[in-house]
Order: sequence, then C-alpha cells, then structure tokens
Amino acid sequence: MSKFSLLDHEFIPHHEIIDEDEIKSVLKEYNIGREQLPKIKIEDPVIKEIGAEVGDIVKITRKSQTAGEAPYYRYVIE
Amino acid sequence: MVISMDNTIPSIPQRIGAIRFGLLSPREIRKMSVTSIITADTYDDDGYPIDMGLMDLRLGVIDPGLKCKTCGGRAGECPGHFGHIELVAPVLHVGFNKIIRKILRSTCRNCSHLLLEDKQKKAYLNQFAKLDVMSHLPDDLINNVFKEARKTKICPYCGEEQLEIKFEKPSDYIENDYKLTPTEIRDRLEHIPDDDLKVMGMDPVSARPEWMVLTVLAVPPVTVRPSITLESGQRSEDDLTHKLVDIIRINQRFQENRDAGAPQLIIEDLWELLQYHLTTFFDNEVSGVPPARHRSGRPLKTLTQRLKGKEGRFRGSLSGKRVNFSARTVISPDPNLSINEVGVPYAIAKQMTIPVRIISRNLEMMRAYVARGGETHPGANYVFREDGRRLKITEANKEELAEKLEPGWTVERQMQDGDIVLFNRQPSLHKMSIMAHKVKVLPNKTFKLNPSVCPPYNADFDGDEMNMHVLQTEESRAEASILMQVQENILSPRFGGPIIGGIHDHISGMFLLTRNEKMISKNDALELLRKSEVRELPEPAGHNDTGDPFWTGKQIFSQILPNDLNLEFKANVCFKCDVCKGRDCEYDSYVVVENGELVAGTIDEKAIGAFKGKILDSIVKRYGATEAARFVDDVTRLAIRGVMRTGLSFGISDEDIPREARLNIDEELERAENEVAELIQAYEAKELEPLPGRTLAETIELKIMQSLGKARDHTGTIAGNHLGLENSAVIMAKSGARGSMLNLTQMAACVGQQAVRGERIRRGYEGRTLPHFDRGDLGADAHGFVKSSYKSGLNPTEYFFHAVGGREGLVDTAVRTSQSGYLQRRLVNALQDLEVQYDRSVRETRGVIVQFKYGEDGIDSTKSDYNSKDTVHNIVSSVTGKEVK
Repeated sequence: MSKFSLLDHEFIPHHEIIDEDEIKSVLKEYNIGREQLPKIKIEDPVIKEIGAEVGDIVKITRKSQTAGEAPYYRYVIE
Repeated sequence: MVISMDNTIPSIPQRIGAIRFGLLSPREIRKMSVTSIITADTYDDDGYPIDMGLMDLRLGVIDPGLKCKTCGGRAGECPGHFGHIELVAPVLHVGFNKIIRKILRSTCRNCSHLLLEDKQKKAYLNQFAKLDVMSHLPDDLINNVFKEARKTKICPYCGEEQLEIKFEKPSDYIENDYKLTPTEIRDRLEHIPDDDLKVMGMDPVSARPEWMVLTVLAVPPVTVRPSITLESGQRSEDDLTHKLVDIIRINQRFQENRDAGAPQLIIEDLWELLQYHLTTFFDNEVSGVPPARHRSGRPLKTLTQRLKGKEGRFRGSLSGKRVNFSARTVISPDPNLSINEVGVPYAIAKQMTIPVRIISRNLEMMRAYVARGGETHPGANYVFREDGRRLKITEANKEELAEKLEPGWTVERQMQDGDIVLFNRQPSLHKMSIMAHKVKVLPNKTFKLNPSVCPPYNADFDGDEMNMHVLQTEESRAEASILMQVQENILSPRFGGPIIGGIHDHISGMFLLTRNEKMISKNDALELLRKSEVRELPEPAGHNDTGDPFWTGKQIFSQILPNDLNLEFKANVCFKCDVCKGRDCEYDSYVVVENGELVAGTIDEKAIGAFKGKILDSIVKRYGATEAARFVDDVTRLAIRGVMRTGLSFGISDEDIPREARLNIDEELERAENEVAELIQAYEAKELEPLPGRTLAETIELKIMQSLGKARDHTGTIAGNHLGLENSAVIMAKSGARGSMLNLTQMAACVGQQAVRGERIRRGYEGRTLPHFDRGDLGADAHGFVKSSYKSGLNPTEYFFHAVGGREGLVDTAVRTSQSGYLQRRLVNALQDLEVQYDRSVRETRGVIVQFKYGEDGIDSTKSDYNSKDTVHNIVSSVTGKEVK
C-alpha cells in the first residue's frame, strides 16, 4: 500500500510545530501559559504525522470564511 | 457544613473561600443533629409537638408564637436544625448504587484492596496529577481504573479468586447466587485502604465509600417540611414527614422483632421494607420500585422530586423566579409614540414604584408626591423611615406622613413619564427581546408601542402580552439607558443591518408618497409634516394651473433626511433590467439622495424597511443611534399620514381580471394539461428518457412537477400584466410592505400544485388519491394540482388536496418550534460562559482560549455594512472622495 500524507488532503488544514521563540511571542501576545491554550492529543493522526511531542505547540492555519486564513495554536498533551 | 456543626448561625455575612463537596459521615450526621428521633408521632392531643418526635421543637419552628428550643428564634428567624434516626440495620442509599457497584466489582472480596498492581496504581495517580494541572475533569480516567481493575480475576494481594457480582434493580447485589446484605457490603467498603480510594478518584477525608451505606439517617428540619393547617383546623403533613413516619415505624418494628429473636425470614422481609422506605424517601421515581403513594393515591413528592426537572428547585425556583416591580398586559400599536417609548396604563403606573432617597434638595418635591398619596397619579405608595421600617401611605395618613418626611428617608414614588423600564416579550431568543424604553403613562389598559419595534420582539397585536420591569437603582438605570435602549439596538449583530425600521403601512405609505411627481398642496404638505420637527417648507416645486404652489412627495420626504446625506441604490421595485439606466430609471426605481435631498427614486422596503432599509442603515452608522431613532419616528409618522392621504384599501374586486385574461389563463392551463398527458403517454410507451441518476418513475414526476410549476408561473404573469401598480395589492407586494406576487397569483389566477414533502400528493387509497380518479392515474388533477384561483373557488377534490398540503405546513411549524427551542437551550447552556476579551480573543472562565480572534476576523458585525467588504470601500471613498471599484 502506498503511503500518503494526511496533510495533502484538502480537508486537513496546515499544521506545523513552532519553535521556542514563536511560542514565547504567542504566549506573550495573549498573556497566557501553555495550559490555557486549546489542547490536542498526541495520538491525533496529524500530530503523529508531523512528529510533534508532548509539550510542543502546534500552529494550525485554517481557511476562514471571514478572515481568509486564521491561525490557531494547540498544546500537545498525552 | 460549618454552619450547622455547632448549631449556631453567624449573623454577619461571610465570604465563601471554597466549597467542598463530600458525603455525610455517620459521625457528622450525629454531630450536626440536635436530637435523635424515636417516635413516629408528631403532635400530642393538645396540638403541641412531641419531644423526640418528627416535629420536635429543637428541629426548628414553623408555628407562629413558638420559640425554637435550639436557637431561640421564632418562626421565620430560625432556619431549622437537623435531627437523626439511628437505623437498626445498615441500608443502601439509592443515589449511590452505580458507584457502589463499580467499587464492589473492582475490589477484592476478601481483603478489599483495589484489584490493580501497585505499579499501575502509581501510574494512575500520576495521570490524575497531570489532569489536575490542566484543570481537566478526571471522569474518563476514573472509569478506566474501574474497567481495568474489574478484569483482574485473582487478587494480587491475598490471592483470593474474585467472583462475578450481579446487580439487580433496585438495590440487590448477587455474588454467585448469594445476595449480599448491606452489612456485608458495608464491611467490604470499610476495609478499602485510603490509598486505594485515591486511585479511584475519591477523597478518603470527605467521602469514604462506606458512608454510602446508611447506618444513621439525617432528618431534615421542620422548616424543610412544614405542615399546613387546613380550614377545618386539621393538620396536613408534608410528604417528607409522611415518609419519615414510615421509616421510624418500620425501624421500630425491625428492632422489636430482632430483639424478640424472630425467624430470619421475617427479619429479611423487614430489612427489605426498610430499604424500600429509605429508597423512596430519597427518590420516588426509581425504576423497578413501585412509587410510595399518599392515602389519596397520589405519588409522594420526595427529595429527588423536589430538585429535579422544570418545576424543580434548580430550574423552577433558583434559575427562574417571579419578581416584584414587574407588570404584564396585552400590547397594542401606537405610531405616535417614539420607538424608545412605551405606553403604560394608569392602573399599572399607580402600582409600579421607584425608590427615591430624600436629600435636602428634593425634600419639598417628595413631600408633594407623598401628599398626593396612592390614589392620584404621580403619587407615592410607601415611605421607608431612616431605620428601614416601611410605612404604607393611605388616604388617611398621607398629609401626616408628608409632614414627617426628612432627609434620610426613602419614598417609593409612582412611575411617571420619562422613567426608564425594561420591556420584554417571550420567548427571549436574542438580546433585542429585552430592551429599555421610556415610560409614557396613558389611559386604557394595554401597553402601547410603536409598531416599528415589533420585529425585534417578534410581536404582533393579535393578543400578544408583554412584560415590563421597573428598574430600582441608579446604576441599573444608567446601564440600561446606555446599553439597552431601543435606539442602541437598531442594528442587529446577526446581520449587521437595522432590525428596527418601517413595516407594513409605513412602507406602502412612503411608496405612495414618493413615487413619481405628485402635486401636494401647501395644506396637505403641512398636514403631512405636522408631527415631525420640520417647521418650514422648502421652495415649492412649481405652481399649478390656478397659480397655487405645490410640492412633490420626494420633497416632503427629503425634509426628514439629514442635510448632508448622500446615497445611491436600487429600490425594491427595481425591474432588474438587463442594462441599468441608473438615475435615469424610467420606472423611478433608482434611488438617489444628494445632500439630504431625494432626487430620484421611490422610497420602499429597501430604503426604510426593517432588515433591509439602506437609508436607515447609513443613518445609524453615520449619524448615530439618536439621529436614527428620530428618523424612524419621523418615518412612521410621515408614512402613516402619507398612506391616509391617498388611502389604501383592498377588496375582492381588486382580484378581478379581464375576461380575455381569464381565457388566456384557461388556455395556459389546458396547454399544461396536454403537456402532462403527452409526458404520461411517452412514459407508458416507455419512450421517456430517464434523467441521470433517476428512475423512470422519478423522472416523470419531476417533469410533470416542472411543467405544472411553469404553468402556474405563466398564469401569474398573465394576471400580473392586468394588475398594474394602481392595484393596492400590487403596491404592497412590489414595495415590500406585505405579501408577494405569488400570493396575488394564487388569489387571482391559479393556486397551483399542492405538495407533501416536496412531492405531488400520492397518499390515499390503493393506487389512487381519491375514489374520484382511476387507479394509476398520473394526471395533474389526480395528484393535487389546483387549477382554480382562491377567488373563483376550489372544487371538492382541489379543496381536499389543499387541506392535505396545508396540514403539512401546520405540523412543520409545530415540530420546528419545539425542536429549535430545545436546540437553543442546549446552545445557551454550552456557550453562556464564553466571553470576548479586550484583546478580541474568546475565552471561557478558566482563561482557556476558545477562539484566538472573535469570528476569526475580530469584527463586530454591527459596525460593518451587512458583513460585506463595503465598509472599507465606504471609508476610503468618504475620505478620498473617489469611488472604489
């Protein structure tokens, strides 16, 4: 069976692991700790695919009817 | 439980630091109890409560005149105190059966250890700690613990083999055909180590599992179960008291039998009976248990029934209360009121009061109110002395009280013109269902409101009632007038346009006034503008044959527009020509406003209507709420006078169409019938080509529907050609005031196909809809096509089909309202704590972000033009003066 990437599917928005600097700026922008971000489970297929680990923060860029594109951040948990 | 521990009630309000939920332990129950209850009797022959009975004076008092033996308070002061009943044998508490079952199945039957390896237990404890950090609920994890432990068949601690425990409703636990007694169950629970309880998600300090098996019962205070004295002087006890009497009786009988050494069988029966009474005491609607009944046969309302459901303590008494300072009556329209006013009948105004604190500067004024008393309108009903004591103002004491008034007192004066109140119509589905209005006290007995505010309340005047709430504090009045007044709610956040605007007659009135060039004499012009603020007429548009000046309707309308308004748009009457001629439109359907002057076009729904009104929309957004409210007021007054000047009536003769049109319609219908006949013929000869993805039967249905639909539309056009804009029904339909051209078609030309679930009517007898037709007839009239118009009248079969189609509509609305109501309730419960923060993120109460930017673009829809991109274009063009493409 041929392997394919989940991220290539049109219904899956773009996911990416962000680095410490960006994490800092996001947390600072909203004045929150990691725990106050929405969560995503480590066993989520997309998280497995991009190889994120517990404690990482994932940036999800969704298509939006109102804003064109909207960034969301999620904290990876067990 | 801090309060009842030492049976004293602190008189000073205290701040709540934390709330801990747990189970009452037998020790706690005995400690908070003021007395043990041992007799099932309530009162002695003199009607005095018996000591250590269910009405013991130490449990609190409900009869006036008696004093509580515990706290010394009188009826009303004493909050009541708990007692207790020592149960002869332990009994299971119904509410905990589910958890008891889980615990029994996952602990060892011999040593009571949780059936997991130490390593697993540690791992689970770690996970609990992690969830706690994220303040997530541990429920799922706890279920996993139970699920895992249940799988273990041999105890890892004592090596005991575990047996299957079956649970039988209502409260039997059967282990290999042996029924566990509550005593045995309690023993097992008692021996579970504290550390194991933590793994099961329980806190051993506040909730030991053996406390779920009762050995002592807390008896609620008498204030919780007051008895009532009937008119005959007989006492009638509360349902809970009845139940407690049962419990004490059986408890005593159990004791006697056991002491006398009765056979095991009898003991077991009594034990079960005690279990039954305790079960029904907590919950009288447990499945598998016959509900305990009153002598009259009515099921008793016990503890659970008091709390549960719509009329229960939570939804009925705490979330929904009846309030003071409110009024309710029928509503009726009054176009002479402003949109932010509400007409209040005198009878209501005399009852509704507003507290005014007396200071030196309003003393004389308040004296006048009090001196008028409660009977003459702007009077006062009560005064509060400085010590807080309330005095009623009567005809007898009003002068005396007025004299006594001094600073520091408070007067409850009657409501009067200009006071601010909240006005509401249920169901309150959006924020515009409750708005603040200014009071206008009027005669008669109904609330009056400007018909323009009907859309936000979804009100009409077929008998609707509305509620009014009088605000009692300065803060609430300030808040209401800044946030809740009608003019602040003209723009609906649902679609970013005005939800308040002209309706019905306002639209037809404006249409009649502004369409084409009308010659309006000076008298008429002044009469039209009489109720507005306009005091001067512009230069007349011209002079008529006799040399008298005249004005046009457009000029009159322009008087109520702001002076520097500029706007261009297509009116509702627009014929949607292929090439729009813009301001040169020959149908007067292109509206142009230049510097507050209506240059061209007709004012209709697109200009001033609720939901659509463009002029209204740009006035609110450019000039603000107050100016918009003034505009709506002027529009309603001008339009009503406008429609009265011409007159607008509708009768059966307005549906008359010429004979030749009637013939044309008949011809068209005959043509359609022939077309259908041809289709059927082709179908029966199997010559019909099925549409892609459809069967042949579906195809012919579709094609017949199509050609009949087209036929109906054609008849409509034929009729429409003979009904011009001089017809009042057409005026109303085209201007958007009420009704549609389809309604008119159905009245004048042809009602058309009746449908059930979007298909032609097929149900009825075997192979046919009615006995009037042949079996298998596919023709138009056999499946609900109504050729007649409402005016000509329907024939019997048509009438029947029409009723079939009409019924579906009724059923649909009935089902839809109940379903959408429940959906709304669920949505509100799920979303009520979400809040848009100042940084535009949406967060819940813990501060966890739900949406990073409200609506993903952070836009307040009331500040954008119908949620379109026009906002930016408008800003750019207003600054640069250039059109943006």
